[in-house]
Amino acid sequence: MSTEAFAQMAFWMLVGLTFAGAAIAVFPRNILHNVLGLALALAGVGGFYLYLGSFFIALMQLLIYVGAITIAIVFAIMLSRPLHLEIPKRAVPKVAMAAVASFIFFAAILGVVFRTQWTPAVERSTDWSVETIGHLLLTRYDLVFEVISLVLLVAIIGAIVTAGFTRRLSS
Amino acid sequence: MGNLVSSEWLRLVIGIIVVLAFSQLNALFLVWLERKVAGHIQLRLGPKEVGPFGLLQTIADGIKLVGKELITPRTADRTLFVIAPVLVFMPVLVGFLVLPFSPNLILRDMNVGVLLIFAFSAFTVLAILAGGWAANNKYALLGAIRSVAQNVAYEIPLLLAVLSVVLMVHSLNFADIVRAQGRIWFIFLQPVAGLIYLICATAETNRAPFDIPEAESELVAGFHTEYSGMRFGLFFLAEYTNMFIVSAVATSLFFGGWQGPFGFGLGIPGVVWFLLKTYILIFVIMWVRWTFPRLRFDQLMNFSWKFMIPLALANLLITAAVLKFVQ
Repeated sequence: MSTEAFAQMAFWMLVGLTFAGAAIAVFPRNILHNVLGLALALAGVGGFYLYLGSFFIALMQLLIYVGAITIAIVFAIMLSRPLHLEIPKRAVPKVAMAAVASFIFFAAILGVVFRTQWTPAVERSTDWSVETIGHLLLTRYDLVFEVISLVLLVAIIGAIVTAGFTRRLSS
Repeated sequence: MGNLVSSEWLRLVIGIIVVLAFSQLNALFLVWLERKVAGHIQLRLGPKEVGPFGLLQTIADGIKLVGKELITPRTADRTLFVIAPVLVFMPVLVGFLVLPFSPNLILRDMNVGVLLIFAFSAFTVLAILAGGWAANNKYALLGAIRSVAQNVAYEIPLLLAVLSVVLMVHSLNFADIVRAQGRIWFIFLQPVAGLIYLICATAETNRAPFDIPEAESELVAGFHTEYSGMRFGLFFLAEYTNMFIVSAVATSLFFGGWQGPFGFGLGIPGVVWFLLKTYILIFVIMWVRWTFPRLRFDQLMNFSWKFMIPLALANLLITAAVLKFVQ
């Protein structure tokens, strides 16, 4: 088996892993299985970064998405209804709304994918070192960088407001 | 397969076999050491019957564990219950890939090695959560939830402490960080970061005084209450191997890795220096366990969020300012 075939096999295994994780994240009615499926899908995406040659981004994906985001979702689960109670049926309007939201997101991503002028791998810069990424984040992509921190700020304020609000109700 | 079986692959295969063997032997030795240390601190002798100084005691215990029946509770979530002990061991093995035992004894000299170890530690938390939850036991679930909360709280100051060292070296490569400590170890330049790292590492490995996820006196055995036989054994092995890894990382980041103090190697090989320092640090962690009582949950959380994180942030800020000033 050649290296090329080996790489192909690795790629399709990653595709399978990511899709399986995504399916587990959405379909089972057991919320903990959902979270672990999400972790699997996110780890699969990390694998894609590795496949594309950026070890740093792959590890950041694991650190941020599997390490932080998934664990944060686990905290949210602690607030959800107990599993030994009867699981309510999926409400049709909610499913429809979720489907519409995911479709909009999917369409947006597709739009970006088709509009981007992709440069072939050979002509592209191969310098994906930590320094280059750091410089790019603080120069060319600083707006994106700032907007992401704004999102985090909104999340923090939201969490504080939610916690403070429920606390005031109970006291 | 022709071109794949190169020296690189052979090196990797041999490395994996060595790592597997070493992690088991190391855990066996550490369990024995823990019982000896505990014994002597409490004015007992510890194990002494099986083999010289009781050295074969843990091997006997291991054989007993392998022989035991694997019990799965009737109400347990079977898939997760079986996966969790395997998942808990995976990140531990990955850690060995990048540890710099000596200048020539690094399995993979990666330029983001430090990141690799901390990125994979997330899976340990998920595995503990999955195991504790799958057992369908209230003590196991409580232990798992505590473990998640504790790991999140202590991972932040841990990473911030590591980051101040990374800032000084401008590299995430373990070998570079060790080489930068040729004259002065970073524990003298970054004492606050070093202390924060050691405290958080104790918490990350769920050891006393931070052992609330498996507090015997209140939670039976915490997240692994329902596990028996070698499944329990895997959790146990992972805990002790994790202890080795956090101590080895501390050795590389703060205690000069394979180098002797202040540039004096004394002709002792690097591996010996490295292992010596690592095992001394492990001894310190054990010493702490048998000296301090367990903290209460709220004390533990407050200590991290209200004291350690601000301190680590301030330390990082000062490090960056001083570095800018020196340049």
